[in-house]
Amino acid sequence: MQPRDFCPALEIAGLSKSFQHPAVDKLDLTVKPGEFYMLLGPNGAGKTTTLRMVSGLLQPDAGSIRVFGVDAMREPIAAKKLIGWLSDEPMIYDKLTPLEYLEFVSGLWGVEPKIAETRARGLLGWLDLERHANERCEGFSRGMRQKVALAGALVHEPRLIILDEPLTGLDAQSARLVKNVLADRVQAGCAVIMTTHILEIAERMADRIGVIAHGRLVAEGSLSELRVRVGHSTLEEIFLSIVEEAA
Amino acid sequence: MTAPGSRLWFARHELRLAWRETMAMMTAGRAGRERQVAIGAAIVIVILHFVAFAALRHLNVTALVGDLSTRIAVTAAMILTGSAMLSQAMENVTRTFYTRSDLELILSAPVAAERLFAVRVGGTALSVSLMSLFLLGPFIDVLALEGGMRWFGAYGVIVAVSFTATALGIVLTVLLFQIIGPKRTRLAAQIAAALIGGAFVIGLQLAAMFSMGSLSRTAFLLSPFVAAHAPGPASVFWWPARAALGGTTALICVLAASACLLFATIALCVPRFAAYAIAAAGTSGRRVSGAGRRRGFRVRSAAAALRRKEMLLLARDPWLISQSLMQLLYLVPPAALLARSFSSGSRAAIVLVPVLIMAAGQLAGGLAWLTISGEDAPDLVLTAPVTPTRLLRAKVEAVMASVAIVFAPLVFGLLFVSLWLAGVAACGIAASAASATVIQLWFRAQARRSHFRRRHTSSRIATFSEAFSSITWAAAGAVAAAGSWFAGIVALIALAILAGVRLMSPARTNYTGTLKKSGTGRPIEAR
Repeated sequence: MQPRDFCPALEIAGLSKSFQHPAVDKLDLTVKPGEFYMLLGPNGAGKTTTLRMVSGLLQPDAGSIRVFGVDAMREPIAAKKLIGWLSDEPMIYDKLTPLEYLEFVSGLWGVEPKIAETRARGLLGWLDLERHANERCEGFSRGMRQKVALAGALVHEPRLIILDEPLTGLDAQSARLVKNVLADRVQAGCAVIMTTHILEIAERMADRIGVIAHGRLVAEGSLSELRVRVGHSTLEEIFLSIVEEAA
Repeated sequence: MTAPGSRLWFARHELRLAWRETMAMMTAGRAGRERQVAIGAAIVIVILHFVAFAALRHLNVTALVGDLSTRIAVTAAMILTGSAMLSQAMENVTRTFYTRSDLELILSAPVAAERLFAVRVGGTALSVSLMSLFLLGPFIDVLALEGGMRWFGAYGVIVAVSFTATALGIVLTVLLFQIIGPKRTRLAAQIAAALIGGAFVIGLQLAAMFSMGSLSRTAFLLSPFVAAHAPGPASVFWWPARAALGGTTALICVLAASACLLFATIALCVPRFAAYAIAAAGTSGRRVSGAGRRRGFRVRSAAAALRRKEMLLLARDPWLISQSLMQLLYLVPPAALLARSFSSGSRAAIVLVPVLIMAAGQLAGGLAWLTISGEDAPDLVLTAPVTPTRLLRAKVEAVMASVAIVFAPLVFGLLFVSLWLAGVAACGIAASAASATVIQLWFRAQARRSHFRRRHTSSRIATFSEAFSSITWAAAGAVAAAGSWFAGIVALIALAILAGVRLMSPARTNYTGTLKKSGTGRPIEAR
């Protein structure tokens, strides 16, 4: 099935997942194309579980996930083609160079080799990794590894970018680079859904913010909408107030 | 109550960690299985006693009174055990330098780090002894039962050999560190350890093959050639054998000498260990450049991408290669035998067939674990738009291709000796490798590639069934090579074993099966 442009980038309905206790509980959530959606929540709220289900890394117990209109549970391959996933723990291969890693990722997503190479070199340049393009990743710092993993998540030009704490361990300069890359993608019409504990970033980058607690979406809206609803000025105060209310 | 930072305090700390790690390994990290492990260990000990009894039943133990043949046999057994102990000791000492875990905490603490290192080296001697006592103890018990209490002296000799092996392990590792530096020592020490572990057996086999035209180590050891070149009866060389045969004075001397050697080595070498550990830490930031510079992107499909990735990772990890291909070292004597058979036209090459089949199964099992379970980026692979079947097929293809690359030259060589033997070997290698691969497929559990040496802990059933399968296919190959139709029945038994293993394997619906349980999707660490 071809993705439909008029569809939401991500449409989650009644999504549930339990381990020993419910981690995600009948969650409904929608992200529009060209939107930067920030998913906030205290530790153990169900953010990562939600994103892992969307990415196809976890099987939901109930509910539905649609990526640009494609049913991710019925057509996982078609949905995965549209998604780029990055976790907080950069999982790359130590013995491959960034270019080889990106060639591997491009191969997995079936990107034409010439196009893939151009994109890979562009991304590595953008992320200030050009000088290290032919060095094996085994000696890379955590920040460099995270940037290589981000390049991998973007090299097939996904329309929905899912990021779980992508700025963990990055220095200010690298964080700025990553934020710029993501902002560019959003401007190009991609949707980004991201979790973070750094509320400053959420405040500055998000078009919409969703607060999740106990596996449920307890508040959602733009920063100004949330301010009006909760009556605080900073996101930190808003967040704490919402979480306290949910508890 | 021991003073914090003292040797005793560190010993308690290390003992607690070692105990917990051992239990985690034995129980595969599952809580509440301690009783089962204890029962299992007791059963293994009983079985080992039966094995020892079966192995020694034809031996007239009372006649073993210290003649030259007995001394040669006992000394050879001790050298064999000692080489395995030395190999283990070198691995442990190397790990002491390179494993970071708590080392940075200890090195940054205001305590004398050499105390910890001394305790860790002592722990190495202890673990090396215990493992050998566990495996050889039943044989000593049977010898004592049939030949008298004097044989219990062999327990003391094992301890002495372990002390000596640990001391030698320390010296060799430190020498490597001094000569080739911290960057290369890790790999070199691991390869050296593996070579030392197999060198004595392989050396004996080669000597037997070239002097007697067979692979029998016993026949070689008891040959007039060895007897003629052995030291005189009064030589110190025979003291360990005398101690094992009940010589109390010899036992005391051997134990005292080995303990002095170990303590002197610890006193001389261990104070430098902290500096070595710091130097080893400085090697982690190395960057290897140059690879991939000359070629542009070529990979067009997911399957090709996976195959290329697996091949690159295997080719670029010399440590993994050394670990998985070390089994192939044991192919050297059969390969020499093949060369000899080729020139002499003898039928001795028949013994090659089961050896090749067995080795293929073992190699395929290791490689299959690396490619199927040892995935360092599971998230990436699982989020790719590739069906689980395609994913696994590409991984299996990489394993089978690697096995083919290794064994094709040997089968080709066999072709010049006998077409029938080459055909049987090729079929057996394919069957054995495929069986080992599917077993790894059925018992897959996400782990890091660096945990390769601990892969056996994830599933004991997988480990044993892989070994049984390879042995059965090797037996089928041996019978077929001898030209008997009975080979078909043995092959059916091998298939029945596979079917049984399939029934015991965890139910899996797709590649994400293991991730459903872990929830986080992080590789399940081999505990």
